[in-house]
Amino acid sequence: MRITEEEVRRVAELANLALTEEEIVRMTQDMDGILGHMDKLNELDTSSVEPMSQVLSIVSNSSGAEETATLRADIERKPLGNADALANAPVAGQGYFKVPRVIEK
Amino acid sequence: MSATVDSIRADLLGKKISAEEIARDALKFAEAENPKTNAYLTFAPERALAHARAVDQKIAAGQDPGPLAGVPIAVKDVILTRGLRTTCASRMLENYIPPYDATAVMRIEHAGGVIIGKTNCDEFAMGSSNENSAFGPVRNPVAPDRVPGGSSGGSAAVIAQGTAVLSLGSDTGGSIRQPASFCGVTGVTPTYGRVSRYGLTAFASSLDHIGPFSRTVRDSARLLQVMAGRDEMDSTSAFAPVPDYVAALDGNIRGMKLGVPKEFFDGLASDTGDIIHAAIQRLQKLGAEIREIRLPHTPYAVGAYYIICTAEASSNLARYDGVRYTRRSETAGSLQEMYRQTRDEGFGAECKRRIMLGTYVLSAGYYDAYYLKAQKVRALVARDYAQAFEQVDAIVGPVSPFPAFKLGEKVDDPTAMYLSDIYTVTGDLAGIPCMSVPSGKTAEGLPVGLQILANHFNETAMFRVADAFERAST
Repeated sequence: MRITEEEVRRVAELANLALTEEEIVRMTQDMDGILGHMDKLNELDTSSVEPMSQVLSIVSNSSGAEETATLRADIERKPLGNADALANAPVAGQGYFKVPRVIEK
Repeated sequence: MSATVDSIRADLLGKKISAEEIARDALKFAEAENPKTNAYLTFAPERALAHARAVDQKIAAGQDPGPLAGVPIAVKDVILTRGLRTTCASRMLENYIPPYDATAVMRIEHAGGVIIGKTNCDEFAMGSSNENSAFGPVRNPVAPDRVPGGSSGGSAAVIAQGTAVLSLGSDTGGSIRQPASFCGVTGVTPTYGRVSRYGLTAFASSLDHIGPFSRTVRDSARLLQVMAGRDEMDSTSAFAPVPDYVAALDGNIRGMKLGVPKEFFDGLASDTGDIIHAAIQRLQKLGAEIREIRLPHTPYAVGAYYIICTAEASSNLARYDGVRYTRRSETAGSLQEMYRQTRDEGFGAECKRRIMLGTYVLSAGYYDAYYLKAQKVRALVARDYAQAFEQVDAIVGPVSPFPAFKLGEKVDDPTAMYLSDIYTVTGDLAGIPCMSVPSGKTAEGLPVGLQILANHFNETAMFRVADAFERAST
């Protein structure tokens, strides 16, 4: 096994997912199978390869733009507005998103 | 509906029918047919009729009603529509009403397009069968006991069913081309950055694309024409000028060099292979020069793809935490419980699996072994294509190793489902334009798509091959 149930529990905590015991068992099997396939990448020597983090950097010549062109003109624009921004909040009040109490009195 | 963008335009300008009548008919037909496929999640009658009337008013006033005037269009439910519920096929967002439109949606409606509804898909666009929707699977209109493909299954199905003339999908690892192939329609993944991602719900940002579905190549070219081009709301959208795609559709591919990658024929089902070989022969008869090429890093692409896409997904989906996006667990007491229980209740099994994998490959001690390694392999996949395009104008091959499979047939084996993306993920990793065009049917009557790939921003070459092939097929 490449991954244990203990590790899966730790990853679930990092990911803020409350998995049931059943889900932990199933997840461990699934992740093990997929990670096994991912390990195939180790067959390749990539020591002299630069990582590719995005597409447009390799085609910047054809896009014909300066790097700074990704900044828009500094012109004031109407923002979304408080009411629209809060419209999908499960709980809101006085112009804010509301969450359960974090600091006890 | 056998209408096209051009036929609708001719009918409108010839005063044979009004845009409002077209919209009413389209909505009525789509709503009546939907129980057969479950392809639409939401209909938008008020919005559709308002835009249709605007088109009619322009025509009455003698103004140009726009290049997509009166065309009924369906939009995948991961693309935001202001004031119109956008669920991402997830319980997490079942009541989410976006406060703004995606740029692609804005450009379509500005061009006279009439959005009639939102289409079903795999939850947050994660899947290859449309079985991961929280609102039930979509059935393939060609074979109702089979999947339509995924993740843009609904957007492919509405075209095959004739309940929309155009639709929008999104593609991260094959989610437009594979369902297009399974449903026997045309589906296009443009160059990364060609269409703004503003308003496309983020799954894997370095791989996500918006693209068209249609029944004809020309209609996809027309839709891409409207959506393509720099958008200051998406800093990764490209500045490259947008050529006239339709002007390139002259049916002539004589002398074009087409590469056939040897690696795309490993593990291919025999009936699919026969259809693809016959398609390549047809291209040769049309005057194309066929060359065998090598894309040697193809066998590593699925592994690299699933590391990168799950890593980016785990980060992008962190925002669904019970604070801003409609759903919050009702049983949670503390802040921590609110996060965990909201996510546990809101996400389906595939989303959880990908969040877990992504969190794992990015966690302390594993970054170099997985994420960095995958980015390096991605560079090698892109280099394979760059070298190939020094020799050929476009590349052709299969989209999927097999045609549409039965509902439920593959749900229990996620690794096998991931591996079936082998011929589509390489195009996304390299960021090149690629599409699926119908190329025949198996003995069982299941459609098989031919994939056509071209170099960055060379959609023109891709469309030219697809259009010539389509003319020779009909």
